[in-house]
Amino acid sequence: MKQLFGGGIHPDGHKDMSRGGAPVPVPAPETVCIPLRQHIGAACAPLVAVGDAVLMGQKIGDGEGRCSPVHATVSGTVTAIEEREIPGGERVQCVIIKNDGKDSPAPMTGHASWLSMSARDVAAIVRECGIVGMGGAAFPTDSKIASTAGKTGDVLINACECEPYITSDDTIMCTCPGDVIGGAKLLCRVLGANKSIIAVEDNKPEAIEALRKEAVDEPTVEIRVLPTRYPQGAKKQLILAVTGREVAPGARSGALFNVTTTANVYRAVMKGQPLLEKIVTVTGDGANEPKNMLVRIGTSFEEVLKAAGGIKEETKQVIAGGPMMGKGVSGLDVPVVKGTNAILCLTEECDAAADPVCIRCGKCVDVCPMYLQPLYLYRYALAEDREMLNEYFLNDCMECGCCSFVCPGKLPLTATFVKAKQLLKKGGR
Amino acid sequence: MSVNFKVTAAPHIRGNESTRKIMGDVLIALCPAIIAAVILFGLRALMLCVISAAACVVFEALVCLALRRRMSVGDLSAVVTGVLLALCVPDSCPYWTLIAGDAFAIIVVKGLVGGLGQNVFNPALGGRALMMLFWPATITRAGSVEAISAFEFGSVDFVASATPMQTLSRGALPENSLLDMLLGNHGGTIGEVCILALLIGLAWLLYRRVISWRIPAAYVGAVAVLSLVFAEGDNALLWMLYNVMGGGVMLGAIFMATDYATSPSLPKAQIVYGIGCGVLTMIFRWGGNFPEGVTYAILIMNGLAWALDRALPVRRFGVMKGGAGK
Repeated sequence: MKQLFGGGIHPDGHKDMSRGGAPVPVPAPETVCIPLRQHIGAACAPLVAVGDAVLMGQKIGDGEGRCSPVHATVSGTVTAIEEREIPGGERVQCVIIKNDGKDSPAPMTGHASWLSMSARDVAAIVRECGIVGMGGAAFPTDSKIASTAGKTGDVLINACECEPYITSDDTIMCTCPGDVIGGAKLLCRVLGANKSIIAVEDNKPEAIEALRKEAVDEPTVEIRVLPTRYPQGAKKQLILAVTGREVAPGARSGALFNVTTTANVYRAVMKGQPLLEKIVTVTGDGANEPKNMLVRIGTSFEEVLKAAGGIKEETKQVIAGGPMMGKGVSGLDVPVVKGTNAILCLTEECDAAADPVCIRCGKCVDVCPMYLQPLYLYRYALAEDREMLNEYFLNDCMECGCCSFVCPGKLPLTATFVKAKQLLKKGGR
Repeated sequence: MSVNFKVTAAPHIRGNESTRKIMGDVLIALCPAIIAAVILFGLRALMLCVISAAACVVFEALVCLALRRRMSVGDLSAVVTGVLLALCVPDSCPYWTLIAGDAFAIIVVKGLVGGLGQNVFNPALGGRALMMLFWPATITRAGSVEAISAFEFGSVDFVASATPMQTLSRGALPENSLLDMLLGNHGGTIGEVCILALLIGLAWLLYRRVISWRIPAAYVGAVAVLSLVFAEGDNALLWMLYNVMGGGVMLGAIFMATDYATSPSLPKAQIVYGIGCGVLTMIFRWGGNFPEGVTYAILIMNGLAWALDRALPVRRFGVMKGGAGK
């Protein structure tokens, strides 16, 4: 199949390592650590105090503005509210809950009759359930529903999962295709769209099969199979691949939802089920038994890895997310958050060359999906030349890592651009 | 498990491209030309390549030691320079002039300006330009018919015969058949004559994605169009074919003009650059004192490579041609 967006790479997928079967539940931990900010936007204020008893599913943090509430994922007692490190290295206020082992649930109210619901109703439920974008950015889903209702032709469901190694979206499609298709139908209806297009890469044949079976006789749901290529799951690249249209700089990308998010929207509306657990892929050559785990939010990486069979001693790096855009963690005490889709354990380090040399091969230009010129941006970044960095559209860079991946001189291109963007932010124009 | 992992920036994996691998591919692509040279010119052709490559490696090491730079011999780029320079001299070229060219190429053209990737001019062509300046006869006289001993180190006696380029520059078609041109049965430098070998090398470079088609196609295309339009004699097509296959156009277009460091990195600029090389080559063939103009054509375009990258308009994602967004 012909590729449908410019640039990109085709790294080894390593998806068969972890793929297959239902996700294995991780036993509920003795304590969970629920960060009060797991999304893009303002942090929640805690709704509980130290010593309070909480129920599983009880809302324990909420806030004003673009904010997504967080919930207790076990029942028990709040033992502390303190700053802890979350994946990505940030320190965030977290609610620590000691599990009483009873899983006493908070009451939930479902709305099986969603056909008559408005976008506003659905957004309110989705917000109350703490649903955020699960593809990585963790943008509050209610904001997206509110801002795109009535303004979209097609709803796009991102099921590309283009990062190597990760199979958590794949697993939800294979094991819960009903929730995915249900969510796709629901979003199409409440947003007033013509149809929902679920975009899947062709390296997930079982997921495609499962979705197709479920979507028979669903005129508002289309399964669109795309040729596998990284970073097809990036929003602008996916919109280009599906619609043939390039999103203008600064323009909103519209109604685009991750597939796991879609399933969770459905569960939230149908059952009133808040986002308490998610599928996390434990994988990489450092993992003893790569597989998908069903993890309560707030479980530490350590406990997830233990339940998944442990990691090898030679493991050199542990990454929250995929190998291309995931963030390394320094220790295993960080909690799984809403945006964690994988814990990747690699036995090899990947440092930049000690003395990187650009040979001007131009491969970075060939692979940049945003048509940038990494080799020149790198020079301007090292020279801290703000004017040229702006002229060459540094801020269009989405840090997908393709340029660093292909660079034969092993230049730390992406990392340099991340820093240079900070420079632009600080220095203004 | 209170381990502390090293946290590095994304991406956490890399492809298996390396400078050494790319240079290795270029050397593999040069093998057909080297083999053809040995078949056509004998063992001396191989000696020229080996001595030149060895000299370049030694000079590269010396530069690294003198400038306290990381030892860069392992990236194989010096070997590529050495072989390329050897391929663009005739078999009669004395070893010492070749070594002098190597020294200039590696030390001055490449080393002193910052090493691999920093050089503005193609080192091998820079070395050749120096040799043409000081010892033009050893470079331009070609077409020996008597076997030259591979172990003759001084200047060499040989029987000169006109190269196809020399015939063309007099306005006549060479006597060699087109098949001879393709196989290399004619005078010229040891690496430029066998077009077939060069094309096999090109196929390898394209297959391995070391280079794109843009520069070679634009270069050869420009030469073809100009020689067709301004053909001498009554068979324009033949005139064009001899112009494309004679001299150093193929060697230059495939292996010299595509040198990463000294050519543009952006697709549009590569096309303009290739056309520029072709146009200048033809101008120098018409007006220059030498029958051939590839060396200076590429060197001049080398000087414009960065400027071309900078000059051509950048296409921004989401902004259509004509400027307006959406």
